[in-house]
Amino acid sequence: MAHKENFLVGIFDDEDVLLHAVENIREKGVKIKEVYSPFPVHGLDEALGYRRSRLPIASFMFGITGTSLALFTQIWMLGFDWPMIIGGKNHVSLPPFIPVTFEFTVLLAAFGMVGTFLIVSDMKPYKWPRQYDNRSTDDKHVMAIDLAANKIGKDDIQRILKENGASEINEKSF
Amino acid sequence: MSESHTIVADEKYVFKSETRNRLMIIFALGLLLFIVGVFMAKSGGGHEEHKAAIDISQNLTASIAHDGEHGDAAGEHAGTAPWLKRIYTTLWMNNVFFTGLAVIGLFFVAIQYAAQAGWSVGVRRLPLAMAHWLPIAGVLMLVIWFVVKGDVFHWTHAELYDPQSDHYDKVIDAKGGFFYWPGKHGAFPIFYILRMVLFFGLWYLFFSWIKREMTAEDMDGNVQHWKNSRKYSAIFLVIFAVSSSVAAWDWVMSIDTHWYSTMTGWYLFASWWVTGLAMITYLTVLLKDAGYLKIVNANHLHDLGKFVFAFSIFWTYIWFSQFLLIFYANIPEETVYFIQRRTVSPYSWIFFANLILNFVLPFLLLMTRDAKRHLTMLKVVCPIVIVGHWIDHFNMITPGVMQHDGGLGLLEIGMAMMFLAAFLMITFSSLTKFALVPKNDPMLQESLGHHI
Repeated sequence: MAHKENFLVGIFDDEDVLLHAVENIREKGVKIKEVYSPFPVHGLDEALGYRRSRLPIASFMFGITGTSLALFTQIWMLGFDWPMIIGGKNHVSLPPFIPVTFEFTVLLAAFGMVGTFLIVSDMKPYKWPRQYDNRSTDDKHVMAIDLAANKIGKDDIQRILKENGASEINEKSF
Repeated sequence: MSESHTIVADEKYVFKSETRNRLMIIFALGLLLFIVGVFMAKSGGGHEEHKAAIDISQNLTASIAHDGEHGDAAGEHAGTAPWLKRIYTTLWMNNVFFTGLAVIGLFFVAIQYAAQAGWSVGVRRLPLAMAHWLPIAGVLMLVIWFVVKGDVFHWTHAELYDPQSDHYDKVIDAKGGFFYWPGKHGAFPIFYILRMVLFFGLWYLFFSWIKREMTAEDMDGNVQHWKNSRKYSAIFLVIFAVSSSVAAWDWVMSIDTHWYSTMTGWYLFASWWVTGLAMITYLTVLLKDAGYLKIVNANHLHDLGKFVFAFSIFWTYIWFSQFLLIFYANIPEETVYFIQRRTVSPYSWIFFANLILNFVLPFLLLMTRDAKRHLTMLKVVCPIVIVGHWIDHFNMITPGVMQHDGGLGLLEIGMAMMFLAAFLMITFSSLTKFALVPKNDPMLQESLGHHI
């Protein structure tokens, strides 16, 4: 087994306290790995300084792929590979292709987006999720701080957490 | 965001004289263009070049027995000069368009109340002001109908219903009850006029009830007003669902009397709704630029932008649903509608411009989050959508009346500018009569904390 990763886990009871704590702690130069909360806390993303998700771009790319693939397939199959007369229309006539193209665009965009999301948020099927504190699924907000990623010492971080209203501070290693 | 109980200052819109003057100038310019357009239409013939295209379209539709009769009938109305018919058509078309904007104002307010929406509290007063155009639109609709009926509405000719006449039309006679019940076919269209009066009456009634509750709420802050608004809104939505659909058959589909499409009700509604949303968004942006509506921020604009974006796609969906079925079934009675619009030369560019302005541009320009949150892009896209749907209305109404004599020229643009100036004049002057921000709305705090 390689070396263990050590975390400080701050527990917060109230989301207002948590929000201010996140802002203050980041101001002090402490890097926060992640905050887990039992319900969405508005403004937490901004407080944590997350960059905007690039998921929409991925979704657009998958969508465009779906559009082109669907159009190409239909035009090639019905127009060149095995031309058939359907309803007396031209072999390649756009209107009947639109529903399939639309559906395929939506399908690829949706599947691609879900897949991308699972991969970038580290939720791969074989991956066992890290539980910093089980109470983050019940009534506590849980802040995880990676000690190795911080230049500030453990005691100082503990003090800063305490000052900013953490009700409990635990250590956790994986 | 944490609970922030902001004190909302009283805001009232001031209809400055410079705004008024600007609208007057638009009106005067419209009038000028209109007059120039009339003279151009009167003097310029220039229809010869179109004849070839018409021949093609008539060959294509020659198999339809009724279309031949339609052609005869068009020849028979030759008493009215094409330029006059153009004025009639554009009058009717603009009135249908601006009626839509007014009634969508009310519809928007109603749907927000019915859904108990909190985010829209700050922008609700603008659509309410737009709905003030309703009574004027109703009166105009009746007056214009009686002026233009012989030229715009083919079905108003009594001889179509007379089996002895050469012009007897079995198909229209079979539809006659829809217009003339309970009277005699070809006499006064009692049922039709009754519907028109009833729809405007009901719309106006619910408008005045909802407005009464909204303004009373400003005075005493009683939550009961909000509850009453919800009740009226819910009833109005049911009425509007039926009446907007029937209005589409009456005011738009009955122009192409032989043609029918089960999508028409949805189609007109979709067009009205997205135009209304674009107008609400655009006016909100303009007011924000002028320093009003401080409680409206990027989050609210984002929601409005999403509305315009989503319903542009919805309109396209409806457009395509109508087109694909007719294209696939290939029944001459139905395809004639698209053949007239796509292959006859004065309209063919409009057919495609319609799709580009109303689908391609809003879809691509409003796709990103930033585009919907910043004033600049909304200021570009909303006018595109409004103009695009005006062209869409042109496409719905004009080809059926004018056949190959139509066109989109100064005459039509001038008329539209006059209507627009009058509509905005009413909207802005009614906006001064109540507070711009409903400070006693029970959902106001939710709107202030709105965050997406």
